[in-house]
Amino acid sequence: MKNVKRLWIALGVLALLTPIGLIASGSAWGEWGSDELSTMLGYVPQGMAKFSDLWHAPLPDYTIPGLGETPGYVLSAVVGMALIALITWGIGKLLAAGEER
Amino acid sequence: MHIPDGYLSPETCGVMYAASAPFWYMAVRKVKRELTSRTVPLLSIFSAFSFTIMMFNAPVPGGTTAHAVGGTLMAIVLGPWAATIGVSIALMIQALFFGDGGILAFGANVFNMAVILPFVGYWVYKLISRGSDQDSRRRWIAAAIGGYVGINAAALAAAIELGLQPILFHTANGTPLYCPYSLSKAVPAMMLAHLTVAGFAEAAVTGGVVAFLQKAMPYVLDLRKEVSA
Repeated sequence: MKNVKRLWIALGVLALLTPIGLIASGSAWGEWGSDELSTMLGYVPQGMAKFSDLWHAPLPDYTIPGLGETPGYVLSAVVGMALIALITWGIGKLLAAGEER
Repeated sequence: MHIPDGYLSPETCGVMYAASAPFWYMAVRKVKRELTSRTVPLLSIFSAFSFTIMMFNAPVPGGTTAHAVGGTLMAIVLGPWAATIGVSIALMIQALFFGDGGILAFGANVFNMAVILPFVGYWVYKLISRGSDQDSRRRWIAAAIGGYVGINAAALAAAIELGLQPILFHTANGTPLYCPYSLSKAVPAMMLAHLTVAGFAEAAVTGGVVAFLQKAMPYVLDLRKEVSA
């Protein structure tokens, strides 16, 4: 399947195009942060305040520290793809080991 | 459609993890049998495609945004169980590294986008494309409609999970503890976003890629036949 390599190139091009997704302003419905919700409602629901900061992602909202919004978004896409490739590569290894048996 | 932490009660999150668990279990079993070291590179590709396509936020009337998921496409090429694994991987990376979708809410997000979406989309695709040739026009149209229906089914599920929160979980005086919008707000808002925008984005992505594969890489669409043979 040498064509798979070509599909990765196509994905690379797609990564370069991701900033198109930054043009639309605003959050998705039901994905507002606490500050945003507090402006909308005038309060932050108690339970939400307790759980919303449970996890601090290293690259929040597809931003890369020290990089601008657009290059950060593109690099985030590349980082995400690389992580996915790594995980599925591991799955492939496990399957291959199973096939040899 | 990535529910953040804090919008669902811990109880709801537990129920949603429990709802997703049997699908993960079955998916791992099925994928062990169906996927080979040869088809895994395609799981990589389509999972990465799903991850990236979710970054293309499109504006929705009313000031919010929505995006395609690519789950039905994965189900058509690799089967719905492999799609459960592939979309789950993308969602996990999004939650852990980019804070898109919660950790507690991960079970719910998987249930909506990695279970309901690919399975409903795949059923619709199968129903419409039944008996048609691999290279027929009916195939990619069926794929597009499957994508549209699948993502809307997922959006409805997410809206119900969110909309139940203020009804089930509130303080003594009725103030919501988690998602403050009930079914009457959540369902119309989510469906507006997905019936008018994200559904068509998903339809275009699913139908478009299937049409491309028919022309340029038809053997990719034959993989499923090989598996069942």
